[in-house]
Amino acid sequence: MCSATAVRSYAASWRSWAGAVLAATIAMAAPQAHAQLRVDISGVGATQYPIAVADFNGDAQGRNVSEIIRADLSRSGQFRLINATGANLGVESQVSFGEWSGRGADYLAYGTVTQTGGQYSISYRLVDNVRQTQLDAIAFAGSERELRRLSHRIADRIYEKITGVRGVFSTRIAYVLQTGDTHELQIADADGQNPQVMLRSKHSIISPAWSPDGTRLAYVSFELGKPVVYVQTLATGQRTPVANFKGNNSAPAWSPNGDQLAVVLSRDGISQIYTMGLDGSGLRRVMRSPLIDTEPQYTPDGGSLIFTSDRGGSPQIYRVPVTGGDAQRITFNGSYNISPALSPDGNQLVYVTRRNGAFRLALQDMAGGSEQLLTAGPDDESPSFAPNGMQVLYSSVQDGRSVLAVTSVDGRVRQTLSALNGKVREPVWGPFTD
Amino acid sequence: MSSRIARSLTLAALTAALAACSSVPLDQAGTTSGTGADGASTGQIMDPFNPQSPLAQQRSVYFEFDSYTVPEQYRSLVEMHAGYLRNNSQQRVRIEGHADARGGSEYNLALGQRRSEAVSRMMGLLGVNAGQIEAISFGKERPRAMGNTEADYAENRRADIVYQQ
Repeated sequence: MCSATAVRSYAASWRSWAGAVLAATIAMAAPQAHAQLRVDISGVGATQYPIAVADFNGDAQGRNVSEIIRADLSRSGQFRLINATGANLGVESQVSFGEWSGRGADYLAYGTVTQTGGQYSISYRLVDNVRQTQLDAIAFAGSERELRRLSHRIADRIYEKITGVRGVFSTRIAYVLQTGDTHELQIADADGQNPQVMLRSKHSIISPAWSPDGTRLAYVSFELGKPVVYVQTLATGQRTPVANFKGNNSAPAWSPNGDQLAVVLSRDGISQIYTMGLDGSGLRRVMRSPLIDTEPQYTPDGGSLIFTSDRGGSPQIYRVPVTGGDAQRITFNGSYNISPALSPDGNQLVYVTRRNGAFRLALQDMAGGSEQLLTAGPDDESPSFAPNGMQVLYSSVQDGRSVLAVTSVDGRVRQTLSALNGKVREPVWGPFTD
Repeated sequence: MSSRIARSLTLAALTAALAACSSVPLDQAGTTSGTGADGASTGQIMDPFNPQSPLAQQRSVYFEFDSYTVPEQYRSLVEMHAGYLRNNSQQRVRIEGHADARGGSEYNLALGQRRSEAVSRMMGLLGVNAGQIEAISFGKERPRAMGNTEADYAENRRADIVYQQ
């Protein structure tokens, strides 16, 4: 009867993910991953840290591990990769700082992969060739399936040691892939690789939203012939309709503590914002607006909601206390500003703006209000911040193809993630989970 | 008890709708839709599940660009359905709003809802019990016209009246 199916194989494999385990159906697809990437770096003055990442020695997988690390660092746009071909280094090798700094590599990462009875061990070091010091050294163990995730974790460590900001390479993203009349809610690594299907349906799925702890997704499914909000637990695949009132139920957003949802309902006529407990308790209408209120997002302190409303004659972004009261308009440029997302620190707002018929991403400082156009369009939608606030994930159309794309918050570095066959929609970046 | 609350909310909504939409000619509506409803004057089949019936054939209301009020030319269509629903109080109907493909999914969902709500309100003003009507939206999720021309966009700016089996 219900044509949407939670995908069991995914659910089963997810359990093993609980301990920072990679449960992949595609093992070590690094070479293909690299082939799909496109990184465009524009503008001047972008600081790029020169780093060499030597192929990890000891096992054939070592090269794949290094390849994933290099791809991660390169994709961030904050690193310039120095060729380390033929370095032949292992984790216990003596490194000549002078030689590597002479090659232009301020930093060097190297390591060793060993395998015993199907269990892998990865040990690595990161050194600063200029200051001639070791910045990091750690060993990880895991199965072959976990190698990709462990590689991302090493890339995260390198990123953090050098930039001072936590890396997001081992986080995940969710999005909807539409192929013909099949809609799949997928979860993938932050590099777009290793996609897993959470839900397959003959009906639209929109507005996925991660729970703050990354264990659940709320989303809107049309499988009952109208929009209904569901919450699905990743580990079990179990899904429950949480908002199925008369009329539309849509635009779920999690409160920062994870025990409340803001949703948009039309049960009282026009689309309005409500808050409710996850069990459906305590339903409360936030405002009484004469026109559309939608796309609520909690501020990081949980005290306010950012939302889209056309109460002023055109869709603009507003802010209101979660307890209700007067809404304050935030966006003023242009006549179409929708889909707001806040940075993790709450200081920056990204949204979709229509300019001369093109849908572009814009970034605005919540304190100051000056606006910067991040992308050129023509069809950029569904922006969300990386959990470290350094990048924005969105859907885009490039050369007539639908793609997942990422831009740095300064707009200088733009990258295309996996170009999938079909239409990719509604991407959203997941939280830190470690 | 919850249904009583629902009813009083609906009443409040209707009252609000009446206040907001003073241009609907209520006195006229009764007579026009009365004749259309039983089909006696026209000899037409008034059965929404019969493909030959105007109730099955005429169930789309098209809207102007950036407009969310039922155009005058569709008033008689809505009156016809309202008349049938008034005479068949067990029959339930869904009003499905649509929007063109441009712009965000959620905002388009809300725009489609404004269209279905406009039709729903008009039916309410014409005396259809609110419990018979559910106004929903598909936003840009189910476009009837798939292209990107102005004609395609216009085709998708509509609300469909869908009788529930």
